[in-house]
Amino acid sequence: MELFELGIKEAQDGLAKGEFSSRDIVESVIARYRARNGEIGAYVTFDEEGALALADANPKAVPVAVKDLINVRGQPCTCGSKILEGYVSPYDATVIRNMKAHGFIPCGRVNMDEFAMGSSTENSALGVTRNPYDLSRVPGGSSGGSAAAVGSDMCIAALGTDTGGSIRQPASFCNCVGVKPSYGRVSRYGVTAFASSLDQVGPMTKSVEDAAILLGALAGHDEMDGTTPRDPVPDYAAALEGATLKGVRLGLPKEYLEVGGLDPEVKRITDDAIAKCARAGAELVEVSLPHTEYAMAVYYIIAPAEASANLARFDGVRYGHRSAASKDVYSLYVKSRAEGFGPEVKRRIIMGTYVLSSGYYDAYYGRAQKVRTLIKRDFDDVFGRVDALLTPCAPTPAFKLGELQDPLTMYLNDLFTIPSSLAGVCAASVPAGFTAGTGLPVGVQFVCGSFEETKLLKICKAFEGVSK
Amino acid sequence: MKIDAGYVAELARLELTDEEKAVFQPQLESIVKYVEKISSVDVEGVEPMMHGRPLVNAFREDVVRPSMDREEALANAPERVGDEFLLPKIVEGAES
Repeated sequence: MELFELGIKEAQDGLAKGEFSSRDIVESVIARYRARNGEIGAYVTFDEEGALALADANPKAVPVAVKDLINVRGQPCTCGSKILEGYVSPYDATVIRNMKAHGFIPCGRVNMDEFAMGSSTENSALGVTRNPYDLSRVPGGSSGGSAAAVGSDMCIAALGTDTGGSIRQPASFCNCVGVKPSYGRVSRYGVTAFASSLDQVGPMTKSVEDAAILLGALAGHDEMDGTTPRDPVPDYAAALEGATLKGVRLGLPKEYLEVGGLDPEVKRITDDAIAKCARAGAELVEVSLPHTEYAMAVYYIIAPAEASANLARFDGVRYGHRSAASKDVYSLYVKSRAEGFGPEVKRRIIMGTYVLSSGYYDAYYGRAQKVRTLIKRDFDDVFGRVDALLTPCAPTPAFKLGELQDPLTMYLNDLFTIPSSLAGVCAASVPAGFTAGTGLPVGVQFVCGSFEETKLLKICKAFEGVSK
Repeated sequence: MKIDAGYVAELARLELTDEEKAVFQPQLESIVKYVEKISSVDVEGVEPMMHGRPLVNAFREDVVRPSMDREEALANAPERVGDEFLLPKIVEGAES
């Protein structure tokens, strides 16, 4: 077995026993990167010398690939955008500091949809990322580089971010475990903001146990992010011992399972996952989350609104692209932004500005926030009766590059992941099988209540055991 | 309530080409039409959810702490003079 094939747990065990060093792992990952990245395009930059130096300074550390919107001091941070070409981070994000304190080092930067807006990584200005299971297909998005790197063993594990499904959908497409933590569980400081009331950083890994280990390293209070409470971080990995589905009450939301447009193979694999859980002793409970059908609409008001405000910082003044045609302050703004942002980012800025503008604010943004309350109440109600929800993760397996041209059709990829993001609860995608004929990986999604990551990961671990 | 892509883009300080306007206009119209489905939800008496979890003020001691080094803060500046960011003239009629 090559070292690049290892997951976090195996790497930690081998490092502890002195079987190999951090440098050995990084060298193996670099060799794999050189062999595979040309056709897959998961990484956008890989500072090989820097990674080896970090490994030498931390000989027991496990390398982790980092989505290109998380600041690592001295590294580029392009967010998949031309507007940040040449930018060098002057500081570490809190997740990077936490990771380093727990025996991990950042190692290479992976591709993404520009500013995390997209479901295919096709919105990156830095190049194409392909699905390692079928190079004619997308890896999903926006954390498509993270998923493709994990799915092709070009890393031990990766960090992603999830605003409306950006960890879970690519994890489903590339056969990884992807965890979107509860809102507030992980600090967002140093993570380029897309939609601040939704963004979370999370692990993308080769196993549930790896996700538990890495999440434990990322999570916790940060005085630089006022949304992170002082709740202690449980030992997620230790809690997995003896994980079982016996007696677990699994909610099957009819709004997710009876939706039109669900790919038949995704439906078959999801039904199969449900049957496996039942055989393993889970109690299945049909539940209803009646406001599910409004979640997409709410999200595509709230997320662009927050994005339009967050991306106002890209003004060509202090960092980022400045147009050579800037004559005065107005042209500095409009031309720098026009030249720097790609089409999906422009569309969302316009959409967000529209729903926040005077006269429309109450009908769109204000109303969306109220409907969001109703969506959250659906989750509060249902988690009074069940331990977790089991749903499809994405409505289809990985689609072809260039297949989805209409923005609204692309948005439908997040149908099953958006409601839990709006509610602020935790959710994960776990590999559940492969499509017949095409052999594409498909994940299922488990959802638990806010700050119930321990319960979520135990259920995922038990499912992983019965689904193999 | 019809969205005017070019006008809203100006509000957002984005210059669109005519081609972009032609592409974005129908796309944004269909997105706006889609999100308008929330108008049918009864939200009478429902409190807005402003954030991902209920927030209380997060206070800390008001003490001076080290901040980013000036050179580092200026290192990504598109243009600079000395310790300052260099910008085009902002005030009309002022000496440049």
